[in-house]
Amino acid sequence: MKTHKFKLQSHLLDVMQHHIISMRDFSRDDIDLILKKTKEFEPIARGKRSDLLSGKILATLFYEPSTRTRLSFETAMKRLGGEVVDMGGIELSSVAKGENLADTIRVVGNYADTIVLRHPREGAARMAAEFSKVPIINAGDGAGHHPTQTLLDLYTIMRESSLLDIKIALLGDLKYGRTVHSLAYALSLYHAEMTLVSPPQLKISDIFKKDLKKQGAVIREVSNIDDVIGDIDVLYVTRIQKERFPDPAEYQKVAGIYRITEELLKKARDNLIVMHPLPRVDEIDPAVDRTKYARYFEQSFYGVPIRMTLLSMAMEAV
Amino acid sequence: MTGNMVSEDPSKKEMRIRRIHHGTVIDHITAGQALNVLRILGISGTTTAVVSVALNVSSGVIGLKDIVKVEDRELEEEEVDRISLIAPDATINIIRDFEVIEKYMVDLPERLEGVVKCANPNCISNTNEPVTSKFTVNKKPVELRCIYCDHVISEGIAEHLI
Repeated sequence: MKTHKFKLQSHLLDVMQHHIISMRDFSRDDIDLILKKTKEFEPIARGKRSDLLSGKILATLFYEPSTRTRLSFETAMKRLGGEVVDMGGIELSSVAKGENLADTIRVVGNYADTIVLRHPREGAARMAAEFSKVPIINAGDGAGHHPTQTLLDLYTIMRESSLLDIKIALLGDLKYGRTVHSLAYALSLYHAEMTLVSPPQLKISDIFKKDLKKQGAVIREVSNIDDVIGDIDVLYVTRIQKERFPDPAEYQKVAGIYRITEELLKKARDNLIVMHPLPRVDEIDPAVDRTKYARYFEQSFYGVPIRMTLLSMAMEAV
Repeated sequence: MTGNMVSEDPSKKEMRIRRIHHGTVIDHITAGQALNVLRILGISGTTTAVVSVALNVSSGVIGLKDIVKVEDRELEEEEVDRISLIAPDATINIIRDFEVIEKYMVDLPERLEGVVKCANPNCISNTNEPVTSKFTVNKKPVELRCIYCDHVISEGIAEHLI
């Protein structure tokens, strides 16, 4: 494959060809360029016609359930004039017959121009890239990476607040939550001041913390959101994911431990924005939706223009 | 454990490991890792090789060290790579006719393939997919990062050797 016209700086991204696997493959310059380009796609994401990817086919391989990620990729592709094929539920596919991922990727790579993959195993997308002759876009690999979510989170912060000198609190499951890991890593490239808010049993791992600090990240850890709510620009709330807990009893101990309410937000700065990758369970009271702070639905919309940028990059259309 | 290679020095009343004729001396092994070095070399209780092991010997370089001497054997490059993972300061001395004919320090490779199993049970490299484990290596401290799942192994590396 040729180097795409989107002249990304990262040597690794060149090495990885057009695959989008992990935020670790991106430099800050790469991210800035993607965010800048995404703004140009916003009108198309809102309905303006485009045939940028006309004649191209995207294959979506989702081995785990997804609503937002899958639909926003499909929407992005279709609004750019491209086509989408999907393998349906894995029970209907050759996976049910025992086909391994490497073979599935080699087969689907003969049909489509790009593959979007979500898989329950960490590292699945990186491995898929080794076997694929078309670009792989990682749409989540187990508790691992979810770079397109991170990029849309960064884009939301850029559009609704600012990526410069921000103070952000990441709240909830910091141990198992893949979105938080990728996001914290990317925010460290922006020298964001991060406060990590979680119950002790869901704290970020020491190894990951060390990694972030190596990047120059400024981090503090608290367990009570009241301690920081008046001092931040962005509150990033995550769901405590039942499915990632090896022990259901451990989940019960922390389920419902945090709840963002209008009452809590009375102590917030005027410019605070509240984000959430969704779906939410009970972390954010629905009454918060009506406040000036809520941005999680805008955030889910921004998934479309971000994925338009990434699809266009992957298929060398920009 | 040191068997017939240990002699007693009556003047100092301490045990000494005798020099070997032909073979390899692995010196400056991180204290506590000698038995893992033996494992890497495939040396178990049923070996017929002449082997001597010294544990927790004082060393000016690394504090305490272990030493392994193996008669009539020179190490493969892959064995040296494995040793470097658990004993990054080790030196390899190749002995012929009681003389050190070659001496070198182990050097951790920047990348490992098929040597260590990823410690993350949910990593794609621990499935029936046709891939071998791959790691990038940080030398000081020794940390292995799985290129697939990013899991970092920093302790108990010997337990994960394939």
